[in-house]
This record gives sequence, C-alpha cells and structure tokens, in this order.
Amino acid sequence: MTPTVMWPDGCDIRVTDSSLRDGSHAKQHRFTAEHVRSVVAALDDAGVPVIEVTHGDGLGGSSFNYGFSHTPEQELIATAVKTATRARIAFLMLPGLGVKDDIRAAADNGAAICRIATHCTEADIADQHFGLAREIGLETVGFLMMAHSVPPETLAAQARRMADAGCQCVYVVDSAGALVLEEVADRVAAMVAALGDDAQVGFHGHENLGLGIANSVLAVRAGARQIDGSTRRFGAGAGNTPVEAFAAVAERLGIRTGIDILKIVDAAEDVVRPVMDEECRLGRLELMMGYAGVYSSFLKHADRWARRYGVSGARILQRAGERKLVGGQEDQLIDIARELAAETSAGSAPSGPAGAGAGVVAGPAPETAAGAAAESVAGAAAGSADGSATRPVARSAAEDVAGRPAD
Amino acid sequence: MSTHAPRKARAAIVGPGNIGTDLLYKLRRSALVEPRWMVGVDPASEGLRRARELGLRTSHEGVPWLLAQEEKPDLVFEATSAAVHRANAPHYAAHGIPCVDLTPARLGPAVVPAVNLDAGLDAADVNLITCGGQATIPMVAAVSRIVTVPYAEIVASVASPSAGPGTRANIDEFTRTTRWGIEAIGGARRGKAVIILNPAEPPVLMRDTVYCQIPDGTGPETRQAIAASVREMAAAVAAYVPGYRLRGAPQFEPATATAPARVAVLLEVEGAGDFLPPYAGNLDIMTAAATRVGEGFAARITALAGKGAQR
Repeated sequence: MTPTVMWPDGCDIRVTDSSLRDGSHAKQHRFTAEHVRSVVAALDDAGVPVIEVTHGDGLGGSSFNYGFSHTPEQELIATAVKTATRARIAFLMLPGLGVKDDIRAAADNGAAICRIATHCTEADIADQHFGLAREIGLETVGFLMMAHSVPPETLAAQARRMADAGCQCVYVVDSAGALVLEEVADRVAAMVAALGDDAQVGFHGHENLGLGIANSVLAVRAGARQIDGSTRRFGAGAGNTPVEAFAAVAERLGIRTGIDILKIVDAAEDVVRPVMDEECRLGRLELMMGYAGVYSSFLKHADRWARRYGVSGARILQRAGERKLVGGQEDQLIDIARELAAETSAGSAPSGPAGAGAGVVAGPAPETAAGAAAESVAGAAAGSADGSATRPVARSAAEDVAGRPAD
Repeated sequence: MSTHAPRKARAAIVGPGNIGTDLLYKLRRSALVEPRWMVGVDPASEGLRRARELGLRTSHEGVPWLLAQEEKPDLVFEATSAAVHRANAPHYAAHGIPCVDLTPARLGPAVVPAVNLDAGLDAADVNLITCGGQATIPMVAAVSRIVTVPYAEIVASVASPSAGPGTRANIDEFTRTTRWGIEAIGGARRGKAVIILNPAEPPVLMRDTVYCQIPDGTGPETRQAIAASVREMAAAVAAYVPGYRLRGAPQFEPATATAPARVAVLLEVEGAGDFLPPYAGNLDIMTAAATRVGEGFAARITALAGKGAQR
C-alpha cells in the first residue's frame, strides 16, 4: 500500500517542527495560546510544512508525573489549526498515557497528523491507536523511542509492526540524543529495507552530543523522507535538531525542504527565542544524557529533584541509565533522588536497598573513584563544571546502556 | 478454631494458562480453598497436564464438562479472556456458583481485598480491575481516608515480558479501568492512570507510584496521619501479597506555581515466584488478590455449610 502522505510541493524531504511539542519539556509545559499563535504564524510563513503541538509527553501528558499544562493542549491544537494557512498540525500521543478519545478530540480540533510513540521494543501496544487514526482519516507517524538502545534489525522489525498496524511513516527517535552518525544511517537503512514502499522512514534527533544536523543528513542519505527539528533547538535535553540550521545545510546539499531560510532565521531569533525561558544548551547534564543514553525529557525533572533532595543531578541521570528507565518513568527519578539522599545521610558507601532484587537497582557504586567523582559533581553543582569529574561516572552508565544492543 | 479441620471450599480454575497455573499454586497453599478442577479447551495444554499431575480433575472440554459433573464446584476462578468470561458467567450463575473473575470483563463489582473485600462477597461475580489497580488503589484509599483527595494519579511500570498480548492489544482498557477504580474504590474525585512497559534485561520488578493531591497547607500532624495510614495499608496488602513493599516514606510536596500540594507513594511489587517469575509482581498481585477473594467466598460458603449440618 502506497502511503497517502500529503507532500509539500517540490520537496525531497518533509520537515516537522516540534518546538511546540518537544519544546514543551523545556518550557515545563507552560505554553499559552499566544505562544502557539505567534510561533505557528512565523513557521507557517517560513514554509515549515508540519508543526507539532502537544504537551511534551503527548496527549494526556498534563499530570503530576510529567508536569501540568498551563493551557489545555486541545486548546493549543485548535489555536494552531486556526493560525496555520499552509502548515498541517500534528500531535503526539503515547499509548499507556493517552487514550483513543484524546486522538478523536485532537482530530475534532482540526489536527491532521497523528504521531504515536512507543518505546522501541513495544510497538505492539499501538495497534488500536494506529487503527483508529487511519479510520478517522488522520495521517499517521510512528515513533520508536530510545532507538539507540536496540540494534537496527530489532528496530526494523518493530517498524514493520507499526506499518502493518497502519503507520505511514516510522521514525528512528533518538530520544537520548545518543546515536552517532553511522548508528543513525544503519538504523534508517534497516527500516527502509524492511518497509519498502509500505511506509516512509523518519528521524527525530536531539543535540545531546551536538549531532542533530549531521545525524539528520545521514538519515536523509540513508533514505529517510521525514525529518524532525525544533526551531532554535527548542526541545528536551540539549534541544532538537535546529530547523533553521538544518534547512540551510539541506539547501547547501541540494536537499529541498521548502523552507525559506531568511524567514526561518528571523522566526528563530525574533519569535521562538522570546517564547523560550532560556536557550537549549549543551551543558553538563545534557551531555551526560547523550553519553549515557538517558531519555532527554528527564532533564528538567532530574534538575528539580536534585535541588529538592540536595543530591547530584548527574548521579540521578547516571542511576536512571543504570536502571534502564524508559520514557514515561519520570516518577522513578523521585525514587532515585530519595535513595541518593538516604545514602548520603547514612554517610556510607552507596548501595542498593535490601531486597530490591533482580539486579534492577544498581548495587554499590561502580567503583570508588566514580562514587567520589560523583560527590565532587554534587559539590560543584552550582559552580563551575569539572568535566573530568563526571567522566568515570558517565562511562559506567554508558557501558551499561551500550551493553544492550549486544545481548 | 474447631477441633476438626473445616471442609475447604472446592474450587475450579477455568483457563489453564500462566495466570491460572500461578493461581493453582497459590490455592494449593490455602487453608480455605481446595483447587479441585482445572478446565481449558486445548487437549495439549501444558497447564492441564501440570494440574493433572498435581491431582486435579481436568478436562479440555471446558465449562460444559465442568458443570456436567455430578459434584459441582463451590467456587470458580476465571482466568481466560473478557469475551470468554462473558460467555461463561451465565452458566455459573445458573448453578449459583460465585466467580472470581481475573479477566477485564467487569461484569460484577470490583474488589481490592485490602479496601472493599466484603462489598464483593455478596455478588455472584467479582472482578479484580487491573494489576495496576490492585497495586495502587489501596494507597489512594489510604490517603483518602485521612484527607479529601480531589485528584489521584498512578504510574505503573511493568517488565515487558510480563505484559501479554491481551494487555498490549487493549492498553486503553488498562488506563480507563484503572482510572475508574481509583475513583470508585480509591475514593479520589478524579483519577488518572499511566502504564509503562520496560524491556530491560534482566526484567525489572513492577514499580508503582501513586500521586494524591492533598489540601494546600496540609500540616505536619495530618502528614503524619497520612504516612501512618499508608504504612498500615501497605501491611494490609502485604498480608496477601508478600512482595508488596513501600520504597521509603511517602514523599510530600507543597503546592507550587504549577501544581497543587501532593503526596507521592512509591511502591515495588515482587512476585512470590509460584509459577510466574518473581519480576512479574503485576501478575502475582492479581492471582494473590484472587486467592484472597476466593478465601472470602470460601469462609462464607463453609460457614453456611456448617450451620446447615448443625440443624
């Protein structure tokens, strides 16, 4: 079945801007209708063909666990639809968090593209949602999150599952910003081979290792037809692939995106930047996430609980990596912070709680040096970052995560 | 205690899959219920073979065979699917046999043993909501019996291999049914449920987090009362789910600019490892709750039988 994907005229690839969805994490879900109006108007004018608008964690994400929305997302979606003249409005939903009624509501509000995200090994929880979306005439995109954590062939099999359920474009989603160059190309190529003409392939990158644009270019060369970015990098972790810079690079490479470079550059500087609380930067914690393979949306939560419990944000993220947490498990960051605080006040070497069992929780710190380094990170949390201090900590977490593809 | 052992209630397990088999192992330890029959529909069923070896009477001819036996069960446990249970339930009812339903069919009242066991025992068909509901609703109830809970939200994380194809195909039902239970049984005015599947190897234990909104400015005495209520409730659940544990004390957060005041209760559920692996605490809590409800029925059935004999 050839996908009936609405394609922007004369374009080689289709760019989706996620600043009003992934940026919701950076904004801690405080978007207003006015923010949406101004950003959608600017991106629409610049020729961005698809604009995603939702709570950062998708439909139904407004919660204690992920952060309450300032303005109900369905209102934001409706506002975006009313504002756009050319661009089509997309939304995100995660099965297990959002439900089918949320999809119906978004469709009623005029959204055109339903993007359904699962962890990269759990595609089969989305069958009913793809089915509904197609049934009510929405275009569909599937998100295989934390794509760094499995080898290309696993990802390809999961992509096939999504396509069979009605997904028209399956994305390699580098939620942790952990994929490096050929790792992207290999995954995209495996998915292109598995899907053939049945569905397109896309790539969603993060900047945690500073590779958003380069990874996206390699994705396109490997056959990806849809690329995500966020204007001004406005997204979780160190942010997403910057749309304005990616569009410029694509133009230089002869890849047509339909995006007006001068207009998108102005939109980034004059419209999107003022909406952001701060620039998305590649700081210590962000780099840690890419290095250790931790879900980018954990950043603000780790930061919050680090301050609340007086522990190191880097240690929280390290332990999140060791526990192999997946997207959605923000609640476990509270557990980790609580545990780290208890270990610190006990004044003893960190250790897993008795009876935690099954090797789920990290036992003693990987090595004494790492433990000591982490303490120094905690001590330096407010001051200057000593990169060398975090390195041994990060490596142990990274090795743990990197162990997955091999097994 | 009487000098002679009271007669146990005789139970049938319908559905010889993993859940039915784990339940069988638990019922074999029960002082009140004797698992006597197991039925399925597949002659090659491993579960039926195992039950036969353990001395149960088994058949692959399903419920028609079971109800055609001269001796009828006092009690049935249904571990099939919602559709099959809907088809079977009228047959149990026709014989006046109460049923503990482990499927998502939701025909009768829902029961969380630590919260509302007695409410279910007057009904002919009792359902157990969801695994996430069994784990988290007691904590919502523990908080809502101390303060008003305008909103409660739970996040259940389970190991991928413990989520079967039925759960995966119907994940919306999990969130909807659990949300309903948080409100109807937990006592929150509004509920929300989230389920996360984690594929980590080795598989992770079930983890649950229960967030309850509490009144702004809840003082230290009330917070202590909530914490005590939570500990008490955790012990009540652990009485029938030994691997049910609090992870640390309840975590209180005052209201912020973006969220109301709340308490978070962090939980871990390790399975007993009867038949299912210990990481599958989400399945263990269902078979453990079913056993507890079955024992509630059994206590009534054998008490009635005892009275009848005296007359």
